[in-house]
Amino acid sequence: MRREVASDREISLLAVSVRELELDLDAFEGPFDLLLTLVLREELPLVEVDVAGIVLTFVERLAEREELDLDACGEFLVLVAALLELKARGLFAGESDLEDLEPEEAAEELARRLEEYRRIKGAAEWLAERLAAERDRYFRLGPAPLAPRGERRLAEQDPQALAAVLRALAAEPPEVSLAHLELRFPPVSRFLEQFRAVLGRRQRFDFDHEVAGFSRVEQAVAFLALLELRRAGEVSLEQAAPFAPIRVARAGREEEVEAWSVRSA
Amino acid sequence: MERPLRLIAASPVDALARTIEALLVVASQPLGVAELTEAAADDPERVETALGLLRERYREGRSGIVLEQVAGGWAFRASREAAEACGRLFERPVERNLSQAALETLAVVAYLGPCSRPEIARWRGVAVDSVVAGLVERGLISEAGRGDLGVVRYRVTPLFERVFGLESLAALPRLDEFGGDAEELRGRLESLAERRPA
Repeated sequence: MRREVASDREISLLAVSVRELELDLDAFEGPFDLLLTLVLREELPLVEVDVAGIVLTFVERLAEREELDLDACGEFLVLVAALLELKARGLFAGESDLEDLEPEEAAEELARRLEEYRRIKGAAEWLAERLAAERDRYFRLGPAPLAPRGERRLAEQDPQALAAVLRALAAEPPEVSLAHLELRFPPVSRFLEQFRAVLGRRQRFDFDHEVAGFSRVEQAVAFLALLELRRAGEVSLEQAAPFAPIRVARAGREEEVEAWSVRSA
Repeated sequence: MERPLRLIAASPVDALARTIEALLVVASQPLGVAELTEAAADDPERVETALGLLRERYREGRSGIVLEQVAGGWAFRASREAAEACGRLFERPVERNLSQAALETLAVVAYLGPCSRPEIARWRGVAVDSVVAGLVERGLISEAGRGDLGVVRYRVTPLFERVFGLESLAALPRLDEFGGDAEELRGRLESLAERRPA
């Protein structure tokens, strides 16, 4: 086959023609060369450039010529490929592993990926051949009818033992003794009398001192007696602060009147 | 008195072989030695011996039923000579019209699984969502847990091994046997670059 060899002059003319290819795209209007410059200067976002539109324009221009110019096509391919690569990298910004690579490393990475893909394609072809070879294998298909497996196996059980355990559970529990909860309350009157007797001898006394040595229950009843005396206006009570000693004083005349008015209010 | 049909020559595992035959007839998926041993309540070594006897009895060309070791277990299938008749009565919907994309995706999952859809897409260079969904529907791949970021991962199913007649995934040829020489590919890329005008 005879191969057309273009002269140097023709090549330069054609090369110029590719670079001066007039484009009329949505994002850009002007010569191809300018588009490349703008893209390289990052003044035109490549994402918006319709590469297919460029290819169409070139193919139309090519169709206007009588013979196929391989050199012009070659240069155009290189330029468009570079443009596509830039655009692809822009579109897959997440794939940063390719961005930082030198051209040689990028070529290496590309070769590696192509190789990986060829292997998978080879494996797919093998599967297709295998499928064709196994086309006459017929077998039963369907959901697994396997019986559910007993995951937990219990040891041998004795029904008598179970009955004994249940019997023990069903038996009435023994009655709980409440004897220790029984309380003996001394009569309030006992403390009323005691406090009145003290107040008969002294003007005032200290409640805590007076009930010291009593049980908690007796102290509580004594306190009730104290409140009773206060209610009757027989005593006045003082306590400097919470939990401070309670001072009991025989009530004066004024306090009795005040107590009275409070009670009648 | 009626005696059992002597399909197998007298052997110490005669009765066990008949039990295993029965189990395999009932099963619709391959049964492993462990499953057969448990169901037959027998010894694994004796089960293996019985399977050897059965394989000989049900081998291609000797019976309309063939016992094969497939998908990590043992299963009956129709003999190849009966395939035409089977084909008139039954379909093979699982493997019908498997596209090139589906086969490539299957290859990725079979060799590299469990793997996620983004991983498969990276290998194939295109989106694989619908292909993966189709393969799941056919029962050739299934979900196999989730990856670190919560993405679903897939692996091939025992049905895949059965459809492709694989004893196990280990029966697949090594991946580096495919795709030719990496150096050759590199050389072609370099020579292309050299021809590029300055």
